[in-house]
Amino acid sequence: MEELLQELQEKFSTVILTVETAKKDLPTLICKREGFLEFIKYLKEEKGFDYLIDLCGVDYLNYKYKNFEERFEVVYHLYSIPNKHFLRIKVRISESDCWQYSVTPLYKTANWFERECYDMFGIRFKGHPDLRRVLMPPDWEGYPLRKDYPLFLEPEKDWEPYKELVEKYQKERGS
Amino acid sequence: MEWSSWYSIIFNFILMVIACLVVAGIGLLHVAYLTYAERKIIARMQQRLGPNRVGPRGLLQPFADMIKLLGKEDLTPSGVDKPIFWTAPLISLVCAGTGLALIPLWSKFVLSNINVGLLFILALSALSSYGVILSGWGSNSRYAFLGGLRASAQVISYEIAMSLSLLSVVLMAGSLNLQDIVKAQLNTPYKIYIIPQIVAFVVFIISAIAECNRTPFDLPECENELVAGYFVEYAAMKFSIFYLAEYFGMIVMSALAVTCFLGGWAGPFEIPYVPFFWFLVKLYLLLFFYIWVRATLPRYRYDQLMGLGWKVLIPVALANLFVTAVFKLIL
Amino acid sequence: MSPLIEVTKKDVVSETWEEPFYLNMGPQHPSTHGVLRIVLHLEGETIVDCDPIVGYLHRGVEKLGENLNYNQAIILSDRLDYIASVANNTAFALAFEKIFNLKVPRRAQLLRTIVCEMARICNHLLWLATHALDIGAMTVFLYCFRDREWLLNVFEKICGARLTHSYVRVGGVRLDFTSEIIDELYKFTEEFPNRILDYETLIDVNRIWLKRTKGIAVVSAEEAINLGLTGPCLRGSGVPYDVRKFRPYDAYEEVSFIVPTGKNGDTYDRYRVRMEELRQANSIIRQCLDKLPETEGQPVVADNAPDLLIPEKRKSAVALPHPKKGYFFKAKEEDVVPPGEAFASIESPKGELAVYVVSDGSNKPWRLRIRTPSFVHISAIPDLTRGHLIADLVAIIGTLDVVLGDSDR
Repeated sequence: MEELLQELQEKFSTVILTVETAKKDLPTLICKREGFLEFIKYLKEEKGFDYLIDLCGVDYLNYKYKNFEERFEVVYHLYSIPNKHFLRIKVRISESDCWQYSVTPLYKTANWFERECYDMFGIRFKGHPDLRRVLMPPDWEGYPLRKDYPLFLEPEKDWEPYKELVEKYQKERGS
Repeated sequence: MEWSSWYSIIFNFILMVIACLVVAGIGLLHVAYLTYAERKIIARMQQRLGPNRVGPRGLLQPFADMIKLLGKEDLTPSGVDKPIFWTAPLISLVCAGTGLALIPLWSKFVLSNINVGLLFILALSALSSYGVILSGWGSNSRYAFLGGLRASAQVISYEIAMSLSLLSVVLMAGSLNLQDIVKAQLNTPYKIYIIPQIVAFVVFIISAIAECNRTPFDLPECENELVAGYFVEYAAMKFSIFYLAEYFGMIVMSALAVTCFLGGWAGPFEIPYVPFFWFLVKLYLLLFFYIWVRATLPRYRYDQLMGLGWKVLIPVALANLFVTAVFKLIL
Repeated sequence: MSPLIEVTKKDVVSETWEEPFYLNMGPQHPSTHGVLRIVLHLEGETIVDCDPIVGYLHRGVEKLGENLNYNQAIILSDRLDYIASVANNTAFALAFEKIFNLKVPRRAQLLRTIVCEMARICNHLLWLATHALDIGAMTVFLYCFRDREWLLNVFEKICGARLTHSYVRVGGVRLDFTSEIIDELYKFTEEFPNRILDYETLIDVNRIWLKRTKGIAVVSAEEAINLGLTGPCLRGSGVPYDVRKFRPYDAYEEVSFIVPTGKNGDTYDRYRVRMEELRQANSIIRQCLDKLPETEGQPVVADNAPDLLIPEKRKSAVALPHPKKGYFFKAKEEDVVPPGEAFASIESPKGELAVYVVSDGSNKPWRLRIRTPSFVHISAIPDLTRGHLIADLVAIIGTLDVVLGDSDR
């Protein structure tokens, strides 16, 4: 495992910012967005990381122990079934430039994970074939898992399509 | 014309009406208790109790169901083609129920002893598919539409296999009259046609199950794919008419099998005062078989069903017909 | 809006163009296992394309979890996959224990393993029941429910609940087994293999069952991994990936069991794998029960496990030099929970259930990410169904073993 990390660090010195292994349950690589796709492709095709367990976003707005500038992190958990290697890869994304490269062409699993990430955090994925909301309704406003998203909406704010439906029904009834 | 002949005509007419009513009443009662028997038998096979609340051992359950269905609001969805939507269940019921008039329940009791009885029953069962197709079309629902399409394809292809299997019976008996078929059976050394015509019997039973849209061929109404198939939009009385038609169809098909293959009313010995006894015993055995199949088998897929019909049943029935014809020529 | 639906709006004025036939399956449909909605593009009965739409059961468990403390979050986990809720509890507890640096006592580990395998049996029985019902075999359904009822009664004796157990807590389990439960479980494990034979005689040699399942939704090993299928769906394609073997947790290292795999990767193989898993689960329960007397009397919760109500803040006094009086005490806010991040995954009955937690030191998780198998499996439906018939779609939803509570969170 350590050899692998070292090799990766040498080969992708421009992409990998830091490697954290101490005090972590998994070896964690923090990467830059630029060149990320090549890095993942190398991992998948040369190093046998064939299984993307999880892809998720994390919002670090006002996090107590934050030591970086960007607001979001996209976390990948990669596993290699033949070699039993486990990696956590993080990519930091700032709020003003809120997009990341899509890994859907490499891993079909990522399709819905990225859609969910977009749904919940508003992080756009470049190269995704069909980026739309998954869990929330298609016309939902805001990104619910962001830390600044209110826990309680104003009660008088009805869901727009429902209001339209009621109006339409009332009109039909009236005529 | 003389008065006496008028009297005899009127008398015969009244007798006929009474006989019709009796048969229809007995038929309806059979349908009602067939549903009860189905629920009870399947419950027994699946280790549960089945209906047991209304009446002793749940015996009044069919009537409770009927009252419930009659008392419900008769909904008609807004998008449907109303005339078709209303007539479809009636077509189903009439076509399924009329067949009962042609079945000779006893050597001296048949409502309408016509010479083309078998042909007439086949025609009726083919017509009953119109009820299904029209309800699927008129409902203006995609599930119902798919169910109607499936039903039309299925009924047409299985109709052929069924007719071919019955044709070999006709060849052996030399008549299309159902009463004559039974009598011809009794004159053969085997007494019943199931022994020489076992292949035709198997083909007939399989196609009869498919004709009645029962498991494992219940694709037009299959609950897990098309929700309820062609009658998904029907409610209350119209729904119960479809239900009635299905069970009537089952009874008519079983009665036809009894008549054509199992020797009709004849039995190993006479039961005094109960002339229908053996007929009913055979009928109930076949109906039990229907229910048993339903509890045991999974459902066929649409293309597999068509494959079974066209690639297996029709060639087998044709071969059987050919062999029967050859034997008939030799003997 | 779904791209599938948008096609209908296209006004093509060509003679050969026919309006595509769309069928909206769900969210209310008898065989979509809850509120799954699938928009099907059909050609006759063949599925050209389909678009699964989820979210009708979205309750925002991840957001809720970020606003409740760690022990409360475990209760949320019951509501994910409500058929095998103990497995979800365990996944959450394992992740939180990594954050808290807790070591679970051995007896608690054994008990967790037992209840997890019980949940697996419950889940697979329900899966078999509904899968068979989807294909049309009604009797199997009730046979399976009869045996599931037995296990649910045992669960009721263990923790008082039949479906939403919340039996596992951070640092162990809530209650110890009584001798009555152990006797009942011994009786169950004795009897259950015969019951499996019952189901197999009903459907295994049934020609219609074979016709409906063989060669349906074939997935190759590489594609299964790429699609993210896990659990029996992956093992049916011949990949022996099982979290219990690859990254053992709880007491799975101590017990011996084999990971059944299929060959062809079709619906029938997945069915065989699950039937074999039922036997393995039964034997695991048996082995753990045999080991329980060694740990008799040991605690079932770690000593340093957090209280059920984790306090919001903890203050400690810090001595600071005072300019006049020597020194003075000042209250300093301390972290209630060690900050950091943790990832734990378990082999839930449906597949790999992974939990990723980020802690910021307060009593609530900063981020609680749940990777549920059903979500991934539903996302694989379009790739599996293309070119199949509607009837197969129902079989495919059944074979993937999805629960919408699990998928929508």
